[in-house]
Amino acid sequence: MVPLAHILALSAILFGLGAAGFIVRRNIITIFMCIELMLNAVNLAFIGFSRYLGNLDGQVFVFFVIVVAAAEAAVGLAVIIAVYRNRGSLSIDDLDSMKL
Amino acid sequence: MAPLFYILAALAILAALSVVLQRTPAYSALSLIVVLCSLAVVYLLLGAEFLAVVQVIIYAGAIMVLFVLVIMLLNARQETPTDRSRLARWLGAPLLVVFLGEIFFAVWQRFPPETIPAAPVLVGGPRAVGELLFRNYVLPFELTSILILVAVLGAVVLAKKEV
Amino acid sequence: MPFETALSLLAILVKVVVVLVALLATVAYAVWLERKVVARIQSRWGPYRVGPHGLLQPVADALKIFFKEDFVPSEVDRIVFWLAPFLAFTLALVSISVIPFGSSITISGHTIPFQITDLNVGLLFVLAVTSLGVYGVALAGWSSNSKYPLLGGLRSSAQMISYELSLGLGVVGVVMIAGSLSLREIVERQSGLWNVFVQPVGFLLYFTAAIAETNRVPFDLPEGESELVGGFHTEYSSFKFAMFFMAEYANIVTVSCLATLLFFGGWLGPVFGPPTLRALLPVFWFCLKVFCFLFLYIWIRGTLPRFRYDQLMAFGWKFLLPVGLLNVLATSLIVAWRST
Repeated sequence: MVPLAHILALSAILFGLGAAGFIVRRNIITIFMCIELMLNAVNLAFIGFSRYLGNLDGQVFVFFVIVVAAAEAAVGLAVIIAVYRNRGSLSIDDLDSMKL
Repeated sequence: MAPLFYILAALAILAALSVVLQRTPAYSALSLIVVLCSLAVVYLLLGAEFLAVVQVIIYAGAIMVLFVLVIMLLNARQETPTDRSRLARWLGAPLLVVFLGEIFFAVWQRFPPETIPAAPVLVGGPRAVGELLFRNYVLPFELTSILILVAVLGAVVLAKKEV
Repeated sequence: MPFETALSLLAILVKVVVVLVALLATVAYAVWLERKVVARIQSRWGPYRVGPHGLLQPVADALKIFFKEDFVPSEVDRIVFWLAPFLAFTLALVSISVIPFGSSITISGHTIPFQITDLNVGLLFVLAVTSLGVYGVALAGWSSNSKYPLLGGLRSSAQMISYELSLGLGVVGVVMIAGSLSLREIVERQSGLWNVFVQPVGFLLYFTAAIAETNRVPFDLPEGESELVGGFHTEYSSFKFAMFFMAEYANIVTVSCLATLLFFGGWLGPVFGPPTLRALLPVFWFCLKVFCFLFLYIWIRGTLPRFRYDQLMAFGWKFLLPVGLLNVLATSLIVAWRST
């Protein structure tokens, strides 16, 4: 059987890659995809724990995370479309007019 | 079973690297689909049958389709790094290494790799997960349905063209 | 023990080969059947010269496709342009792996079920593969870097994801009655009465949504010649175009198989005779029912005009979805009332 530490290690690597991508990338859609990557890493950790504690509550939580991610993706992409229509650019370097 | 997990883990990590490093958003989206599908198979290996299929149907089959459609609509081009993002670029990778090091340390301390599962294997079939959802977690279930409704309304209002 | 596992592995391999060969042959001859039936509906003969009654026409078509020039426009995104038809074709073939064709056959003491694998979430697996099938279309439209394919790809993928909901809702009633998501169990619960008599609304919902999912007339605006040149497959030629074509027909076969399993009792039918005949007759009944659905698909294609795109989307969201929800509500009330 796969040790829990290995599952959590995979989850940590995916989360770290998502976080790094979130900080480094400039295209707003790619940043959004890195957020989804982080959410999936968390889902994997939940399912790993659910398996090792013999408790299905972790899987129910993953279900809710997926549902909330779907709602967030819908609204977030609508916001991106609205921002693109107003500013004409998808790079967050051009979308920072609230900065000093 | 165990070697399959490591193959899938390697595939997921390679695809995640591709998501983060690709210049074209469309290739990042395709790589993210690969990550999602390999994670779905990992869920299957860990006994979460229902969630594996739900992950493919909803995450890979609906949310990512939304991403691909938006990329097609907005004609997202290749990303060109500008001078203003230099700080983020030079700070990103070292921060990642520090962060990962911390997590690995904490995980290895708390759950050493020799831990054998003490609990019996509970297979998360649709009936088992459904019973939990509709008995213990019925309130969050109803609240998330309201959440989805609000999200749909919000998305329609935000993305509508001003006539 | 290793001998047992080797034997079961060999059985699975044989089944995979047989099913794939049968599916590809069915796809090839579905094209022939369509041309003949549509021709007769339109008072003409259809393919007549190549072989008796045009039966060698698919062979001639295959040869033609192989010898055609495979040109790739210069501005396409090469990786995705190459990936899209392979993705569409592969996904269309994958969903056949959970479809049961009959009960089982016993050869020298070993019982081999007529199914490559029986997942206990088999129905969800088919829905998952259908959801992934949208990518073949969307990516083909995007990678072609040209306006007709882009529009066709956008419209087609929007249509497919809209009708996926109605497809799912149509089968929820069947799942509630059978109490299981395994395709084999759903068929076995129909030994008293076929589900089409218990869930007529569900069947109509499922079939209409299935026609829209497979991009067939009357829902084929995204690939209609007079509207969008070729839709998402405009820039494709030769082998890649053939793959899209075969993927479409393989999807039609899969959807027909699912319709017979969920609503028309799958392989259930009169069985008689010696044990070998008893094992093979259910497969014959299954194939007969699937053939009837194929004929129905082609009959609809030859008869109905095309929906306009906004009519199509309005129909899917404003009519089919509410009807599906009401069907689920009514079915769940009846099932709950009967179980008390």
